[in-house]
Amino acid sequence: MTTLDTRSNPLGADVQGGATPGWKRYIPGHHWRTADEEFDACTLGFWLFLATEVLLFAGLFVGYTIMRFKFPDAFTNGSSYLDWRWGTLNTVVLLLSSYTMAASIRAFQLDRQKQGKILLSATFIFGLVFLLIKFTFEYTPKLSGWFIAFDPALPHYASLIDGQALGGLFKHVEGYGGKAPGQFFSYAFSEDPWEPLWWSIYYCATGIHALHVIIGMTLIAWCFRRAVLYKAYGPSHYTMVENTGLYWHLVDLIWIFLFPLLYLIH
Amino acid sequence: MTTLDNSRAHELGGHGHHEGSYLTPKGGFWTTVWDWATTVDHKKIGVMYLGAVLFMFFLGGLAALAVRTELLDPVRTIQVAATDAAGKPLLDAEGKQVMKTEIVGQTLARWIPPKDEAKLGTVDYGNQLYNRAFTLHGAIMVFMVIIPSIPASLGNFFIPLMLGAKDVAFPRLNLLSWYIYVTGSIFAVCSILIGGVDTGWTFYTPYSTTTDAEHANVVLMVLGAFILGFSSILTGLNFIVTVHKLRAPGMGWFDMPLFIWAMYSTSIIQVLATPVIGITLLLLVFERMFRIGIFDPSLGGDPVLYQHFFWFYSHPVVYVMILPAFGVISEIIPVHSHKKIFGYRAIAFASLGVALVSFLVWGHHMFASSGELGATVFSALTFLVAIPTAVKVFNWIATLYKGSIALTTPMLYALMFLFLFSIGGLTGLPLGALATDLHLHDSYFVVAHFHYVMMGGTIITFVAGLHHWWPKMFGKMYNQFWANVGAWTVFVGFNLTFFTQFFLGTQGMPRRYASYVSEYQTLHIWSTVGSYVLLLGFLIHLFVFIHSLVAGRKAPANPWGGLTLEWEAESPPIEHNFAHEPIVTHGPYDFETTVPPHWNAKDYPLPHLPANAH
Repeated sequence: MTTLDTRSNPLGADVQGGATPGWKRYIPGHHWRTADEEFDACTLGFWLFLATEVLLFAGLFVGYTIMRFKFPDAFTNGSSYLDWRWGTLNTVVLLLSSYTMAASIRAFQLDRQKQGKILLSATFIFGLVFLLIKFTFEYTPKLSGWFIAFDPALPHYASLIDGQALGGLFKHVEGYGGKAPGQFFSYAFSEDPWEPLWWSIYYCATGIHALHVIIGMTLIAWCFRRAVLYKAYGPSHYTMVENTGLYWHLVDLIWIFLFPLLYLIH
Repeated sequence: MTTLDNSRAHELGGHGHHEGSYLTPKGGFWTTVWDWATTVDHKKIGVMYLGAVLFMFFLGGLAALAVRTELLDPVRTIQVAATDAAGKPLLDAEGKQVMKTEIVGQTLARWIPPKDEAKLGTVDYGNQLYNRAFTLHGAIMVFMVIIPSIPASLGNFFIPLMLGAKDVAFPRLNLLSWYIYVTGSIFAVCSILIGGVDTGWTFYTPYSTTTDAEHANVVLMVLGAFILGFSSILTGLNFIVTVHKLRAPGMGWFDMPLFIWAMYSTSIIQVLATPVIGITLLLLVFERMFRIGIFDPSLGGDPVLYQHFFWFYSHPVVYVMILPAFGVISEIIPVHSHKKIFGYRAIAFASLGVALVSFLVWGHHMFASSGELGATVFSALTFLVAIPTAVKVFNWIATLYKGSIALTTPMLYALMFLFLFSIGGLTGLPLGALATDLHLHDSYFVVAHFHYVMMGGTIITFVAGLHHWWPKMFGKMYNQFWANVGAWTVFVGFNLTFFTQFFLGTQGMPRRYASYVSEYQTLHIWSTVGSYVLLLGFLIHLFVFIHSLVAGRKAPANPWGGLTLEWEAESPPIEHNFAHEPIVTHGPYDFETTVPPHWNAKDYPLPHLPANAH
């Protein structure tokens, strides 16, 4: 009872500076009886938030299902432009990143600060790799026809190259681009009148997912910063890194569903 | 009552630090403004929500009055005798009267002349203004008033107090949701300022994807609703965790006040349904900006899919609007009749039951656009809603039976709620049944029905709750007599406005039309007069509240004799709510066996004074 009253800060606080690690100096918000209760509440709240994220994507999945039932041919046809190898690689990248994320939380729980930070940065880099693959090898050529010079698919279209930019770093393949959503769709060799709809679903789903990857990476970077600056996470206080992990796993999980739905339909 | 409180504080070994109430200014004017703008105190956030919601209520009310005023006169194109400059009848060469075409009944067009001269005096322009007025009214009242009204203002203020906690689980998130709410509202207001939206509050495709193609106003309004959704999600999430984790020692789930149960059920719906409208509105914005085609048949999409998505959220949200009202009524009725609530568990489970059923009935908004089998199934499911709701109404009436009822303003409003909500609920049955719905759908009957439920249910209860908790929130009593006068005026105005619309609807007056055949005019005039009476009633309340803040007598800590924990706090509560963490030793409605905290015989008599009370 009295312990409650001595704390007047409504927010949890870890006083910065000083030699003691931040996690040891952490004081829970004034309305919590113990730090454990605050941790439980934060985790419960975060799980609820994850439920809202699942429902957000549920809307997209319902849209996907209905449109695929209406136009199965447009979907198989559209999907055939996606390279399953990039999809698989990205799946592996995200799965690895989920492992490093989980391992990083464990490291902080055991107060292995250095290991935790390395794993956290590895997770961030995996996220970056995912986005780079997505944008360089998938979005850009499909939307504009511009390939990066070392794209393994490029030799296949060698005879159709009609331009280059940035000193040959990007090469343009004639007639390849234009696989844009909705009214921007201008791919000349489309084999199905409803193909624009497939691309709408594809860009909405993967685009919103990519946005989540970026948000997750921002959270990871923030955790990393706090860990470096004042050892914010340790055995008795690791709420933020734990919840960032939960978020990252959700991002991974949604991709696990998107991958077969988009890449593996025949 | 202060003596009682002090003596108790000494018994508990109070450590004598005297905190001011949460309303005590922290310094000069700008310091205080900054303190409020950055506060994480749930009470201040609740009060800020209250201010924001009341402001939006004022805007939405203005739009409603514009709609009603336009409907005083049907818009008609008539032939009238032309006159010359001197006012004499204009005759042609053969001496016959020259006739000219004139449009009558366009009140809004007279007030707001078009920027484009060519549109002056056209039917289209006046109709567009009318469409904008009712869209604004609907969108503002639903997204910015009713949804956040009770949960965000009263809920924020009283959930921690009723649980005996110092704050909600995530105070910073709470402040963030307020700012998100304000941002969303600013988007909506900007949309109004640059011309408004005429899609109806439901933003049905293809209206919403094709109208005003060159303007950004529809996108702004839809984004506003999208942003408001986040505020709603975060508030709901915060409340769920608060209820789970911050109950005072001794408070089990079934010792919680029923307001908490109602808010808990509401929050579940908010958290589970709002993301779906989020993605829907986002897709709508994409559809409008990039024509992605998901809702556009010419690109293969399906506009009915939009309706499904929209109502999958918006039907559960109907219960986000009404469940908190149920909670407020469950507090007011036992306190003001000093009697234990009848069927505590039945009411608590009915709240959860309503939340569950709410997810299964969205199709009843789409009887005309879905197949026969689907419509039949949804019709049958819809009638399930009647069961938990009726359980509640019967329980409230059973609570009143043999209670010692004090006709205070909150109680008066609670009784009005029972009356109005029953009408609203029962008129829902012919709309849920397919055969009668075919005649009634999209008519004024629907308009009247949902106003009886939404306004007669939620807004009336919001005002009831405001009167019930006003002394606690601001530490001032209000003038009961004038508040009762205001309540009666609202009651009369409300029934005049909306009961007439049941008749209009059954006679065939469709909703959302500025024009109508002249047979409907008498009823429309009554309805419009009613809306002015309603305005008068709310103005009376406004003056009563302002008078109370300026000159009201200081409120005792427990003016009505409530037993829930918020009445143990001071009026207004101190910054940390309670000087000591409360320990729950009695149920929230054990009026027969408990002396209310801070009890003073001058405030109210105790009907069932236990033998060992003194």
